[in-house]
This record gives sequence, structure tokens and C-alpha cells, in this order.
Amino acid sequence: MSLSNEQVNEIAHLARLRVDEADLPEYASNLSAILSFVDAMNAADTTGVEPLAHPLEMPQRLREDAVTEENQRERFQAVAPQVEAGLYLVPRVIE
Amino acid sequence: MSDTSKTVAELAAGLAAGTFSSEEITRAYLERIQGAGADLNAFITVTGDRALEAARAADDRRRSGDAGPLTGVPLAHKDIFCTRDVRTSCGSRMLDNFTAPYDAHVVERCQQAGMVCLGKTNMDEFAMGSSNETSYYGPVKNPWDTDAVPGGSSGGSAAAVAARLAPAATGTDTGGSIRQPAALCGITGLKPTYGRVSRYGMIAFASSLDQGGPMARTAEDCALLLEAMAGFDERDSTSVDRAVPRYSQELTGSLQGLRVGLPKEYFGDGLDPEVARVIDAAIGEYRELGVEFREISLANTELAVPAYYVIAPAECSSNLSRFDGVRFGYRCESPRDLEDLYKRSRGEGFGAEVKRRIMVGTYALSAGYFDAYYRKAQQMRRLIKNDFMAAFEDVDLILGPTSPTPAFNIGERADDPVKMYLSDLYTIAVNLAGLPGISLPAGFAGGRPVGLQLIGNYFDEGRLLNAAHRYQQVTDWHTRAPGAFA
Repeated sequence: MSLSNEQVNEIAHLARLRVDEADLPEYASNLSAILSFVDAMNAADTTGVEPLAHPLEMPQRLREDAVTEENQRERFQAVAPQVEAGLYLVPRVIE
Repeated sequence: MSDTSKTVAELAAGLAAGTFSSEEITRAYLERIQGAGADLNAFITVTGDRALEAARAADDRRRSGDAGPLTGVPLAHKDIFCTRDVRTSCGSRMLDNFTAPYDAHVVERCQQAGMVCLGKTNMDEFAMGSSNETSYYGPVKNPWDTDAVPGGSSGGSAAAVAARLAPAATGTDTGGSIRQPAALCGITGLKPTYGRVSRYGMIAFASSLDQGGPMARTAEDCALLLEAMAGFDERDSTSVDRAVPRYSQELTGSLQGLRVGLPKEYFGDGLDPEVARVIDAAIGEYRELGVEFREISLANTELAVPAYYVIAPAECSSNLSRFDGVRFGYRCESPRDLEDLYKRSRGEGFGAEVKRRIMVGTYALSAGYFDAYYRKAQQMRRLIKNDFMAAFEDVDLILGPTSPTPAFNIGERADDPVKMYLSDLYTIAVNLAGLPGISLPAGFAGGRPVGLQLIGNYFDEGRLLNAAHRYQQVTDWHTRAPGAFA
């Protein structure tokens, strides 16, 4: 498995990560090495094996559909980069 | 014997007897953290004033007859656990400015027990690493040899306990992050069964693998701490509602006739001969205690690491999407538009290893690759679990080395991610299966500590701790202190 710089750029875009042009070759080489390493899994025959998502295979617990969280807006917004009038601010999206 | 060389059990006894106060020992540890221990870089944040306040409250509680066994005993929390009003960085620039608005369940539990938090320990960024070198705050040094790494990702916790900067610390283990640093620093570390300890407020890396647990000098201390940390929490959807045994009261069983499996895959190529020699000696000690050994096979061991490096990155790529520069954490300067805000905040806020794993996970989950990577890895996960279940038909516990080599030097593996990943060869399968495992000190190779790993069946922490404790009754490796920190 060998990834090109362009492929790394595309993956970085999907992950919303800015990667400097100069760092692309190193990421390409490292990610290719990791993907080649995980390709070793292909040595195992997994035909008909049910995937395991949760080690104890427990179902998700259900609870009453009731409000349990109290409003802590000010506490949570105190750690936000930029807020105004109780709202989170981001650059303008709609002109 | 100075107070800071005592175990948790010894401190608890001294506090109960009134030999010293919590304020006195807390002060002694804080002095050590700032003094002899400062060069290790084991702490990201030291909460001195809060610790002294909590220690005085613990002393008051004891005077009023309301103390539990751990009231007044200090500990350190890995900086992955949210601590209300205290910086919780997760070893990342992304959260360098983050003050948690709430406490993790584990933190609450320790507080309720009256334990005193000394500070927050250094760690690999978002727990992604096996050497503590990926921390934004710089690498932690191994107290046994400051050229060496302490292991990771709970390297600050392991180094702090080994250097007697704290009698105990919390850690988290996604692929070996409690057991491997415990091994490399010569302390005892327990990764409980998945679901035993709540993940609420523990910053998520790979949610189907992450598990918090105790790190201390002895198995007895780990038993005391696990009693405090474990238990049902409805705020973690995978927390298991099951009574917590009095682990510390159950360390009395004989090992006569205990059946222990030796997986042949844990003793093959890649195992350092010096480490193998230490493990052989430990097997000899256990034989004298009456243990019966059998060779077993965990055939898919070698494929556990590749399967893990699909599952963990896939889950991390999803979990870490919450760091977007909008609600908390790092935000880049002067973003042009929303996409630029996301991309630069994340690109500048995360370090290289975290970005690599997010990208591997993003790729593995992307259209057209899901079956080849994620589904395949989850099928491997089933085979790995089946191997363990078959083994536990014939044996009570499994024994082997914790890590293939003793601590390596800082910088030695930093440029080769795949080589770094292989230091978790013997620990990763345990997380994929969700089993409990413990690492305990068993000797030295080239002057650096070697860890012995015991693996148990689901919720069999009591038997694991007892087997570890019996070993520590007849050996003294767990009492050794690094020369500079004796």
C-alpha cells in the first residue's frame, strides 16, 4: 500500500486537518507504512466471522426519555474561544 | 523510612493511627514533585493549594470519625481525566487552555473516598503513544535511567509513582497504556475489565477499548484503589452494573493448583532474551507457590497489533472530530472562513502522531475501504477474543511478559511509528478482547525494570490481584526504588 501526496491531501481534507505542503511526503511515507503493516490482517481467513464491536457484546442500556441535564450554558461557554450573547461565534457562513 | 517511600496501604495505616496527618504527607509529596522530581517532567499541572486544602479537609473528616480507608491518601490523576476548574490538557496543545467544567467519574470517586489530588500527570498526546514522547509538554524521563522513556501513554503517572512523587496514580489503557509504562518504570498497574470503571469524563480515544485503572507500587494498593474507582455509572453507556468486590480483602487465597497458561506466541521472536530470562525466573517463583503451568496458544497474537491499528484510529478519527475550534480548546488566529477555522485549528492544535492516526482512521472508514479495513479488523477482533475464551476453558490465568523489551532510549523509535507500535505486542490483544490484565515488577534487564503480565477472564480482577499479591509476598522487586529517588 502506497499513498501519493494527493491522496494524503484528500484524506487530510476529509478529516478537516490542514497539513503543510512540505510535510506531505513524510505523512505519505508514514501512512503508507502503517497501512502496509495493517494489511497483514489479510493473512487471516475471516470468512463467515461475525464482526465484534463491543468486547462484552452487551446491548446499549435504555433509559427513560426524561431531561436529566441541567442548563450550564455559562459554565460551558466560559471555556469557548469566542461567544456573544450566549452564542458561539464562527466566521460568517452565509453572505 | 520517610513518609514518601510508603505504599498506599502503609500511608492509610499511618493516617488511621495518627502517626502523621494528610497535610504533612501531602506537603512532603508536593516538595518532592517540585524538588527531586522536577526534572522528570512527570506532571503537567501541580495543584498544590488545592491539594493542601483537600488534605486539611481529610484531616478534619478523620477527626470527626467519618474517614474511609483512603481518606487523606494523596494521588495523581492522568491528565486525561477531567478535573473541575483545573486544566485538563490530555497532553495536547489542543487543550492547553482547557479548564474542565466538570469532574470525571473516577475523579469524583477518589474525592468521595477522601483522596487528595496532587496534580495532573504528563502523557502521550490524547493517549496515543508508547513512550510519552508525543506529549505537547515534552517527554517524561524514566526515573531508573533518565536517558530512557517511561513508556506510555500513562508515562507521567508511572514515573511519578516509581520516583515516589505520588504513592499512586490513575491511568488509562487502550492498548497497553497502563501496563506497558508500569512495566518500564518498575511499578504495578492494573487494566480492569472493559466496563468495570466508568469512562465518564475520561477524554475518549477509542471508546470500545479505553479503560481507566490504578497504578501503584503493589497489587495490594491497586486492589484498594480499584475498590474506590470501580462501579456502575449511568453516564457511561458501557458501564457495567455489577457489584464491586472488596478486592483488598480477597488477597488471601493460596495459589496451590492454580492453572496458568503460557502462550507460546508471547515467548517467540521479538522477545528480548534478558526479558525472557526474568520471566522464566518469575515462572519458577510461581511454581514454588503451587501454580501449575500449561502451554497454550493465542494464535492470532501477531495480527492483534494490525487489527488494533485499524480499530483504534477509526474510533479516534470519530471521537476527535469534536475538537473543532468552536466550543472549547485551541482556535487558530484570524480564520478566513469556517473550513479554514476547522482545518487550521485542528492542524495546529494536534501533534503529528495524533494527525497520523486521525488520517489512518479516516481512510479506513472512507467509502470503498470500510470492508477491507474496519470490518476485517472487527472480524479479527472476534478471532482474538475466541482465542482467549478457548484458553480460559483450560486455565485460570495467563502469564507472559508485559512488553518485549525494557525501556528504550528517548528518540530511539520516535521516527518509526510501526516499530513503536510493536512495544504493545503483548498488551493490545487484551484490550481487543476487553479482558483485565496487570503488570508487576519482576526484575531487571540491563538495569532497567521488566514487567510480568497476568491476564484474567472477565471480571476476574480479584484472582489477578491475589496472584500478583502472592508473588509480591515472596519477592521484593516491587520494593526497589530508582537510586536517585530512593
